[in-house]
Amino acid sequence: MLFTDYSFIGFLAVVFILYYTLPKKCQWPFLLVASYVFYFIASPSYLIFIAATTVSTYLVSLKLDKLETIQKEWIREHKGQISREEKKEYKAGIKAKKWKWLLVCLFFNLGILAVLKYTNFTIANINGLLQAFHSDRQLSFLNLVLPMGISFYTFQTMGYIIDVYRGTSTAEKNPFKLALFVSFFPQLVQGPISRFNDLAKSLFEVHYFDPKVVSYGLYRILWGYFKKVVVADRILTAVNAIIQNPDTYQGGFVFVGMMFYAFELYADFTGGIDITIGIAQTMGITVTENFRRPYFSKNIKEYWNRWHITMGTWFTDYIFYPISVCKPMLKFSKFSRNTFGEKIGKRVPVYLSSFVVWFTTGIWHGASWNFIVWGLMNFVVIMISEELEPLYRKFHARFDVKGKAWYGVFEIVRTILLMSAIRMFDCYRDVPLTFKMYGNMFTHFDIRALNAEAFLGLGLSGADYLLLFICLLVILSVSILQERRGSVRDMIFASGAAWKYVVFGVLMLIVIVFGAYGIGYDQSQFIYNQF
Amino acid sequence: MEALMEILENLHPEIDFNTCDTLIDDNLIDSFDIVTIISEINEEYDVVIPAEEIVPENFNSAKALYALIQKLEDE
Repeated sequence: MLFTDYSFIGFLAVVFILYYTLPKKCQWPFLLVASYVFYFIASPSYLIFIAATTVSTYLVSLKLDKLETIQKEWIREHKGQISREEKKEYKAGIKAKKWKWLLVCLFFNLGILAVLKYTNFTIANINGLLQAFHSDRQLSFLNLVLPMGISFYTFQTMGYIIDVYRGTSTAEKNPFKLALFVSFFPQLVQGPISRFNDLAKSLFEVHYFDPKVVSYGLYRILWGYFKKVVVADRILTAVNAIIQNPDTYQGGFVFVGMMFYAFELYADFTGGIDITIGIAQTMGITVTENFRRPYFSKNIKEYWNRWHITMGTWFTDYIFYPISVCKPMLKFSKFSRNTFGEKIGKRVPVYLSSFVVWFTTGIWHGASWNFIVWGLMNFVVIMISEELEPLYRKFHARFDVKGKAWYGVFEIVRTILLMSAIRMFDCYRDVPLTFKMYGNMFTHFDIRALNAEAFLGLGLSGADYLLLFICLLVILSVSILQERRGSVRDMIFASGAAWKYVVFGVLMLIVIVFGAYGIGYDQSQFIYNQF
Repeated sequence: MEALMEILENLHPEIDFNTCDTLIDDNLIDSFDIVTIISEINEEYDVVIPAEEIVPENFNSAKALYALIQKLEDE
């Protein structure tokens, strides 16, 4: 059941009505039932995996909580009777026990993810190696299911258990509440990857029907559908034509495909998240924002602070920092300072941890080399820009361009081009082919090939291109308004009673009339559902 | 405190660490800076700042960061 299926709209309507008509104490339990029904419809066999993650995390979180309580009680009982060293030793003992339990939980759950998602990838690589060494032996691939949203809910749940281990989150005593946190249906398939502390309060508290909150949510849902079915699914036709026919569409069309994919992915993923956040908002639930107008970023680091924010912060908090500041890394940092000097040495922890983060980010997106290379390309670009930082500083000290509007536009365009170019690995899904197409973009560039006839051959009509252009202008205008003046919905709701209905009606009409539903269109699943 | 100020000022000479208390909130220092600061604090004070202590409240100002160092030294 996709967000774009009519059955989902029906499911949503039923959930919404029941959510507000059932007794208030039943609201969150009902959401749990709805989430499991949603998951059951996707595939009954998937339930076992999400249930296993929930139960194992719940049991370990209770164990961690118990150890924390034991420690507190012991310290209270022995207050004034023990030395600082004894207290320190006791705490270290408890911490070691907690660490073991955390590892059990992480191995079990990340193990499920790893086995289901990466076994066949590993087999393919082993087969490749066997072939390279002229062996006739080949391993058979396993028939494994990949449960819907497993990458998202596993990361969300592991974030929770690490927070409990660290003491930054308390263990949820009610297993059904934890089950809802893990399975909350709007965010199950493509995130955001929420933190327990951010989501729990509004997820479990009672919500009364508030017309303004519901209207805001509906607006957000509609805006998401507009981006998904009017823009992303329409442009997808042209993107597919280009990337699936690399022998036909070369030179300038590689660039066109790259840019079209950049806008398709933006409309698809941000549209999906708009729908997720909007659905939650109609029920009074606040889900963390996942985007902050990423295409206004002036450099790649800023881009990753604005794009898929919850994934970025997850990797920073749970992988980058722990690796960077662990004792062995600090020792290695000391060693490298002594060996390579202060300048290079102090970069070592940052660079090593970043490498791990980007490798993991790549493989998290998909079990194939194109995603790994995509991740590592991000790493390379970020490291190069770090190294060039002194040069940038000198440039900006010499030329006063930093505050100039044209320079800001240049930086934005440069970032969009760079990110779109890296994303070609995601687009062509084949590493050698992507490198070939990079070269092809320049060696086969012929401006005459970019004619109207060729564009119409991509499966879109002139009217489609005009509509896409207008839609992109609308999205751009809304983004500029959000960037400069804040919430556009606030502006609409503040500008007279009729306006909110007019804008909603027009948007609804556009989604119904211009949504890519017709023959010839491939009404696709969301790109991030596959991850 | 002087050693800490020196670490911070070497990293970002353009920031006034005596007055600024929004280092994280205003994105004045990023994750790379934080790791570099932690590594240098480890050198200078022989204190390991664990990952769970990397929260905005501890890194928003030089004062908060120094308080964290003192707390970890006492533990």
